Amino acid sequence: MSKKKSHTPPEALGSVGWTEAKSIRLATEAEPFELEVGGTLGPVDVEYESYGALNEARDNAILILHALSGDAHVAGWDKHAGENGRAWRSKKPGWWDPVVGPGKSVDTDKYFVVCANFLGGCYGTTGPSSINPATGKAYGTTFPIVTVSDWVRLQARLLDALGVDRVHAVVGGSLGGQQAIEWALAFPDRVEKTIVFAASPRLSAQGLGFNAVGRYCILNDPNFNDGDYYEKSQPDTGLAAARMLAHITYLSEEGMHKTFGRKLREKEKPDFGFGVEFEVESYLDYQGRAFVQRFDANSYLYITRAMDYYDPAEKWGGGSLPEACKKITSDVMIVSFSSDWLYPPEYCREFSEALCKVGKAVTYVDVPSHFGHDAFLVQTEEVNELLRGFLGRRRP
Amino acid sequence: MKDKLSGYNIENIDPSLLSLPVEGFKELLNRMDMAPKAGPPRWQDDIIEREMPVGVSVLDLGCNEGELLERLSAHGKRRAQGVELDPEAVLKCIGKGVPVIQADLDQGLSGFQDSNFDYVVLEETLQTLKRPVEILKEMLRVGRRGIVSFPNFGYWRVRMDFALRGRMPVTKGLPYTWYDTPNIHLFTLADFFEWAEQAGVKIVRAYVLSEGEVRELRDNDNMFAEEALLVVEKIRR
Repeated sequence: MSKKKSHTPPEALGSVGWTEAKSIRLATEAEPFELEVGGTLGPVDVEYESYGALNEARDNAILILHALSGDAHVAGWDKHAGENGRAWRSKKPGWWDPVVGPGKSVDTDKYFVVCANFLGGCYGTTGPSSINPATGKAYGTTFPIVTVSDWVRLQARLLDALGVDRVHAVVGGSLGGQQAIEWALAFPDRVEKTIVFAASPRLSAQGLGFNAVGRYCILNDPNFNDGDYYEKSQPDTGLAAARMLAHITYLSEEGMHKTFGRKLREKEKPDFGFGVEFEVESYLDYQGRAFVQRFDANSYLYITRAMDYYDPAEKWGGGSLPEACKKITSDVMIVSFSSDWLYPPEYCREFSEALCKVGKAVTYVDVPSHFGHDAFLVQTEEVNELLRGFLGRRRP
Repeated sequence: MKDKLSGYNIENIDPSLLSLPVEGFKELLNRMDMAPKAGPPRWQDDIIEREMPVGVSVLDLGCNEGELLERLSAHGKRRAQGVELDPEAVLKCIGKGVPVIQADLDQGLSGFQDSNFDYVVLEETLQTLKRPVEILKEMLRVGRRGIVSFPNFGYWRVRMDFALRGRMPVTKGLPYTWYDTPNIHLFTLADFFEWAEQAGVKIVRAYVLSEGEVRELRDNDNMFAEEALLVVEKIRR
């Protein structure tokens, strides 16, 4: 937020340059994808991006996992931003551009970097806005409930298709960090290093509460129409409200104070009405409006639910996180940010402690920050330093 | 010596002091001006490595840049885990491949369970903590054995420096001025032994650095040890 963003242009040395998404069909109607909570889905297409090249030993792949509103466009500039309905991408590079590229910590000269849009999203991988072949209409809320485990198993299929048996690292922040945790648990033999930024194994009650309010806004938008709105007016007000609330959870009190304070928006005195009065209102208003241009309300419902349900202790340890951690064989680094109140440090530390309790070595760092949850996207200097150290390190 | 001190409360006088003949005192005074003999750098690490069989697990509390753990865990010989508060040092550990948890030891070790490790090391850290006794207890809860090293405030040069200059001692082992020292809980070997006895802690082995030489603990080392390293365990009743 307050850190002025200077983007690396595509022709610069440290940029992966122009990027093109690829699409692959990983399940068909005849051979559908089995879902964790029951039922199947087919066909399933996955849109992904990759940078760098897989080496001969096929051991230099890094899988990046994106967060709730993120996408597979991690770095560089979308070559087709003008044509694919994602015009906003012409204004800025991928969401982790300062971290991924030639000579950066996730060095695309050295690593084969892959990121895929997850199931249920709205960026080219099959989701509620995709056409259901059985009806010829978009799925809407008839789309099945998908989970973090489904996402990870689908990513594993993608790696199979790309000829990657074992990755050097799985790396993710926020909901992406939870996918990284699931990777370490579900496919221990396929992961060398697990790196988790700003994510705890499970969401706190406060986090569940935030998500509930976001969904409430969407579900009660007059345009929502049970999720069947694709050929009509969209539930933009609800989605924007959900995003505004979410944005507050991505910042911190201190950060908001530093950036906005109580400053009025381009005026000396308030208007004493209900328009945009304060800077912070203007910022949130903008975030809400920008978001509805690029996100699908139904996807928001499905993804926040996947986030809510994810609990690796339940899934892998009969309710005990240390028990679950016994399955992990990769090296693990967990990074929290001191002012994150969506995935607070004490919840992130639980994962580190659980690993310790069952005799696994672990690296845990709490980075001082006033950027809140967003820090993993903003404090890229620290992120780079930690990644460079952990990715490059030898096993003693 | 005893005769010279008649009239004082003998009970409270350090026995290592009483062992000195008066000439010994003069000798020490003369030696004050001589530069102290330097000990081998990180002399504790050799002993710690010898103490720990291959295959054990070790937790290093206040592991700094991970030098000891890197050595102990080289070629997968032992399972190492560090705890360190300083962000720069934590980064160094990560670069070395030493697993490290960034945490404040003064917040306790509640994240670890009983007998989580075979050995827990507190190298030159105890005197910097707000609650040293709590961490000692935690060390012996989390580890089957503890290894603790510290500067001995009873070392004769420290005593002399204080007695003669009347200022907070600044020595090779304690090089800080009073306002910037990380050492907030200084103590002597005798203090530690007294605590150990009261707390039911057994000193399994003890080594000292004395006048540049590393050797096993002897009588009167409360006076002659500059630094000490003790292998300790809880007496299980």
